[in-house]
Amino acid sequence: MVPLNYFLILAAILFCLGVIGFVMKRNLITMFMSIELMLNSVNLTFVAFSRHINVLSGQIFVFFVMVIAAAEAAVGLAIIVAFYRNRESLNVDEVDRMKL
Amino acid sequence: MFNQFFQVSDIVAIYPQLLLALFGLGVLIVDLFLDRPWKVLNAFTALLGIGYATYALFQIRRFNVSAYNGAIVNDSFAVYFQFVFLIATALVIFISARYLSIEGEHRGDYYALILFSLIGMNFMVMGMDIITLYIALELMAVSEYILVGYLRTNRQSNEASLKFFLLGAFSSGILLYGISLLYGISGSTDLRVIGQKLAERPANDPVTLVALVTLAAGLLFKVAGVPFHQWLPDAYEGAPSPITAFISVAPKAAAFALTLRFLFIALKPLQVNWVPMLSVICVLTMTVGNITAISQSNIKRLLAYSSIAHAGYLMLGMIAGNDYGITGIAIYFLVYMFMNIGAWTLVVAMRRKDLIGDQIQDMSGMFQKNPAAAVLMLIFMLSLAGIPPTAGFIGKYYLFASVIQTKHYVLAVIAVLNAAISLYYYFRVVVVMFMNDKVDEEKMVLSPGVLTTLAVTLAFTLIIGIYPDPFIRFAQNSLSLFQ
Repeated sequence: MVPLNYFLILAAILFCLGVIGFVMKRNLITMFMSIELMLNSVNLTFVAFSRHINVLSGQIFVFFVMVIAAAEAAVGLAIIVAFYRNRESLNVDEVDRMKL
Repeated sequence: MFNQFFQVSDIVAIYPQLLLALFGLGVLIVDLFLDRPWKVLNAFTALLGIGYATYALFQIRRFNVSAYNGAIVNDSFAVYFQFVFLIATALVIFISARYLSIEGEHRGDYYALILFSLIGMNFMVMGMDIITLYIALELMAVSEYILVGYLRTNRQSNEASLKFFLLGAFSSGILLYGISLLYGISGSTDLRVIGQKLAERPANDPVTLVALVTLAAGLLFKVAGVPFHQWLPDAYEGAPSPITAFISVAPKAAAFALTLRFLFIALKPLQVNWVPMLSVICVLTMTVGNITAISQSNIKRLLAYSSIAHAGYLMLGMIAGNDYGITGIAIYFLVYMFMNIGAWTLVVAMRRKDLIGDQIQDMSGMFQKNPAAAVLMLIFMLSLAGIPPTAGFIGKYYLFASVIQTKHYVLAVIAVLNAAISLYYYFRVVVVMFMNDKVDEEKMVLSPGVLTTLAVTLAFTLIIGIYPDPFIRFAQNSLSLFQ
């Protein structure tokens, strides 16, 4: 059996990639995908722990995370479409109507 | 077998939430049969639902039920915060109808989404299980993303909801990573079991600390503590004003209640680790919030930065972590709800066909045009600054006293200095209203809904300030957090 640590390290790397992608990328869709990557790395952590300690609740949590990710995707993409209609752009640097 | 899953007490515990869900869906259906001039009936349906749910909650307030195998605990802490959310939502619905008609976006789904978000907040304070808490948090957040972007053709509203959504989803991801590590450490999704398991582990265990830091970062995003606050001013400025009034009070209180549950139940064994961390964030939040607010020319941004500063004051109660601190947080939210929604209501009332009314200059000469509104704004600003005999003073008194009790004198001094800074920008608004000449003749139109909200918020801002005893006893219900 693959040791628990391998899964956790893979999940941590995926999570960091998601965070880096969110911070570095300028395209709204790519940023959104980075968030999904973060959520999926969390799912991997849950499943790995759940398998390791033999308690099912972690795997059930994963189902809920997936459902909520889907709901978030629906709302998020609708918001991005509304922005695109007004602005004809998907670049996050153009989200600049309000300044600090 | 079936009995194991469903007990009558389970249904009783979530009965107010069931009613709210029913009315939320009801609004969506009723909306189909209403023509444009009748849309205001949706507001009445929603208010009816809130009234009914408040009544149901009032009846079960002393039951202290633990339902669904301990996943939901309706203790007096939860009941107290649910009352705050219900009142805040009702006040916001009163001020929404006219604003939405002016914007030409008066539809039923607005009220349905407010009710769904309310259900999410109620479960956030009742949940004792991380799965329940996460779903509740997301139910609240997703409804709010839509509400912030409700003015679809307005570019500011689009941008506000885009920023709010991206950073909200990002922070949920970070929070969830912390939760997954906690689950791995303890093997349970119950906050109380997590707390016991963490107590058994050695101090300064690296995995536990990573879990603590990610969890804290996620939660601080939700309560907008500095340096995780950048999304807040933009979201508040671009959102429809009634929604800003809503998200600056109720979801903030829900996020604080959630943080309290995490810190004082699951992460209690790590208190030596999170108190210094929170102290730094608390000082930063107060100071950055207040100092940035000074230079704002837009009233919505000014109030947004002021709400960041208020989150800083509230963290004092968490750092103290004693009876005074928790009572302080509870009473502060009650007070903050009335004074902040009051101030926002006047911003909402400024809106008319040709004027957005969100610049401080737009308030010039309000004393000449609408003396009553100007005096009301003065009272709310005094209360936000924490001047006696208004309610804001009572809230600040409890929070500041709590850190003095635990001998965090430096924090108390910084907090008092900050309260002094905040006087400057609150009074800048008052000066513009009282001293400047009016720019036009057109008076503010106060709809019946706005008048109701103003009357309620004014009454409580003064009553809590002058005779706080019953309200403090009410707030002490929140002490069941420690049991």
